[in-house]
Amino acid sequence: MKKKIIKSFIVLLLIFIIGVFFIGLNNSTIYDTKSLVGQKLVNIELDHFNKKKKITEGDFNTNNFTLINFWASWCGPCRQEHPFLIKLKEENNLKLLGVNFKDQKKNALKFLNEFGNPYDVLAKDQLGKSSVNFGIYGIPESILLNKDLVVIKKFIGPISLSDYGYIKDIINK
Amino acid sequence: MLSNTGNILLLTNIFLGIFIIYFSFQNLKDNKAFISKKIYQLCLLQSTIIIISFLTLIIAFVISDFSIVTVYQNSHSLKPFFYKVSGSWGNHEGSLLLWIIILTIFSFFFLLYNKDHPKNYRIYTLIIQNILILGFLSFLFFNSNPFSLILPIPKEGLGLNPILQDPALAIHPPLLYIGFVGASIYFSAAMASLLVDYSGKRFAQSIKNWVLFSWSFQTLGILAGSIWAYYELGWGGFWFWDPVENASLLPWFAMTALLHSLIVLEKRNLLYFWVIILCLLTFILSVTGTFLVRSGILNSVHTFASDPTRGVYILMFLSLMIFFSVMLLFNKFKSRNYVLNSNSKETFILINNWFMIFYLITVLLGTIYPIFTEVLTNHKVSVGPPFYNAVIIPIVGLFLFFMSTGPRVKWIKNNFYNLNLLLKILLGSILINFFITYVFDSYSLISNFIIISALFLIISSSIDLYQLFTIRKLNLSRVVSHLAFGFLILFIGLNYNFSLEKDFNLKLGEQRIFKDYSLEFKDLQLQDFKNYKAVIGEFKIKNKTNNLEDTLYPEIRIYMKPSTITYEASIKTSLLKDYYITMSNIDRSDYYNIKFQKKPFMIWIWISVIFISIGGFLSLFKNEKKNY
Repeated sequence: MKKKIIKSFIVLLLIFIIGVFFIGLNNSTIYDTKSLVGQKLVNIELDHFNKKKKITEGDFNTNNFTLINFWASWCGPCRQEHPFLIKLKEENNLKLLGVNFKDQKKNALKFLNEFGNPYDVLAKDQLGKSSVNFGIYGIPESILLNKDLVVIKKFIGPISLSDYGYIKDIINK
Repeated sequence: MLSNTGNILLLTNIFLGIFIIYFSFQNLKDNKAFISKKIYQLCLLQSTIIIISFLTLIIAFVISDFSIVTVYQNSHSLKPFFYKVSGSWGNHEGSLLLWIIILTIFSFFFLLYNKDHPKNYRIYTLIIQNILILGFLSFLFFNSNPFSLILPIPKEGLGLNPILQDPALAIHPPLLYIGFVGASIYFSAAMASLLVDYSGKRFAQSIKNWVLFSWSFQTLGILAGSIWAYYELGWGGFWFWDPVENASLLPWFAMTALLHSLIVLEKRNLLYFWVIILCLLTFILSVTGTFLVRSGILNSVHTFASDPTRGVYILMFLSLMIFFSVMLLFNKFKSRNYVLNSNSKETFILINNWFMIFYLITVLLGTIYPIFTEVLTNHKVSVGPPFYNAVIIPIVGLFLFFMSTGPRVKWIKNNFYNLNLLLKILLGSILINFFITYVFDSYSLISNFIIISALFLIISSSIDLYQLFTIRKLNLSRVVSHLAFGFLILFIGLNYNFSLEKDFNLKLGEQRIFKDYSLEFKDLQLQDFKNYKAVIGEFKIKNKTNNLEDTLYPEIRIYMKPSTITYEASIKTSLLKDYYITMSNIDRSDYYNIKFQKKPFMIWIWISVIFISIGGFLSLFKNEKKNY
């Protein structure tokens, strides 16, 4: 009897594992973050860069548009996109939320001193865990949100001149 | 032309597999004690043809025959000859063909080298191995055909991903495949052993060398992959707990456990079913790893281009393998009661097995956990080094302790613990450890623990080595592997704790000064190479304590085909340390981002692993000598 239970348990366990594998195969597992487009971001929670407080939806649901930008001082391409972010700062319709990703505070501040600070709000994600919730798998990445916090577009890699133009078009429409 | 040749050869092999299975069953029916010559001939032919079909693929790569999709996608006419050849197994289709070659050759050699074992056991092994061959061959032929045509014929190929153009990576797949595809033969043998009730000592002898052989190669294969990651990925690490790396480590744990429990089966005729489970498990884990890597179900830095149909096929095959092996095992399983003395070699070997299984489960869980959370809760998580370090590192110390004492214990019942000696060794280790922390001027509790236990294993294995020359009763191969493992852990510990890492920006002509080192950016040059352009920096490192100077040349390479930028680390290896510099450009700025690392005893990590596998080979030679 005891043997039978053990045997059935092993068989069920194996079926369970293989079943999960099968389902997992059909899920699209290439991080296709495009599926994020059109979704509403909920339960946002990020650590503030300087202060001991959390940044939540409440901090930017009054903006017409929000661009969340994930960056780090150690990331080369981030320097490349930085001038565009500085330019975007001039737009009245758009607020920028920077998320400093797996970085040291000292280096991050140095970076901002050197190249300028385009961010209206700055958050940090030292362990890189909060960023996972945004579907981030590399930096730089940016997410453009509308007033209802629905994702309009996701930019993988540095913001380019054409991305800059695209953002300008959308927010000034 | 080559495409047709390749396809015909593959098709022939499918038929050969079917013939071999058919004639094997026929052969079982007759009453002769030996296996008919026809089967030997068919197996020889099967091996020859599969090798020729692989050569065909290599030729297609060498002459850049872009009418073949695989060549078009993974090669380029300007690629150096060496990488044209290695490109043939640097992709999904080609590597699968390599996989089948190993299945086939092992099948033939197992048949050839086990003539003193019963006919029905050998025939069943052959049949099961050929079912595996057929399964993978039809997958190759119908789903991942390396000889598929592309029309119109492209003029130029897409090129091999530059980070794969590396000597360590060129030899990495063949080594690794001999390891974990080689495990197929003892999967088949274990199934056959259950089918025909061929158990005990003789069964252990029939597979022992195959386990040793595949284990030694698996070890080297993992090493080559690790060396590649160190030189090519440019992060200065050598193990990242990436799913692909884990996939190669899982069967290694199972093999290592098997290697040890086989000794018990051979010497004491115990643990038969446990050995069978490990035999089955090793190859099942190999296929599971392949599934995880090839199907794209897991994301990893080096996943091959993924295709869900591939995943479905491998998974179905895997399910069938698991189904039949579990059914057969349940059917034949008899629980045997035996009492092991807690102070005996058997017990210590079992302890080794528990540790191996613990590591195996830890790594397996960490690897597949993300799939489960995603399917069941729709959350994406990633399990990284902190998990593995937290779970595995504290256990390593204990493991090393058992590894040091276990081999000295006698079979059946050990009479005494040589406590005095153990205490002396422990004291020695602690003293050396304090000396090390004094020299390196750094301290952490866990690293001391690891270093002490590694030293413990090193000292006790060294005593064994010394006794080997005086008493000559000990097992050289075991001593070598264990000693090397001790050194491996020691050097990893030292390397991990006493590495120096600096990240900063520097302009040409500038200098950066650290506590003991200064680094000067002396020169920058642009050079053209056959398949890439390179921006080469020249950096002078000065060690202030002994005034020694070294010059390093990190590169930024711009490849044309496919157009990619890679950052080549410049590494200066010496016996005591590696200097490691990577350089990346910062757009619209004269500054370059520099990562400078000093990594102590790097080369000794590689050497230790080589010696671990040398231990395996030594044992193989010793067994061969005994047999003849």
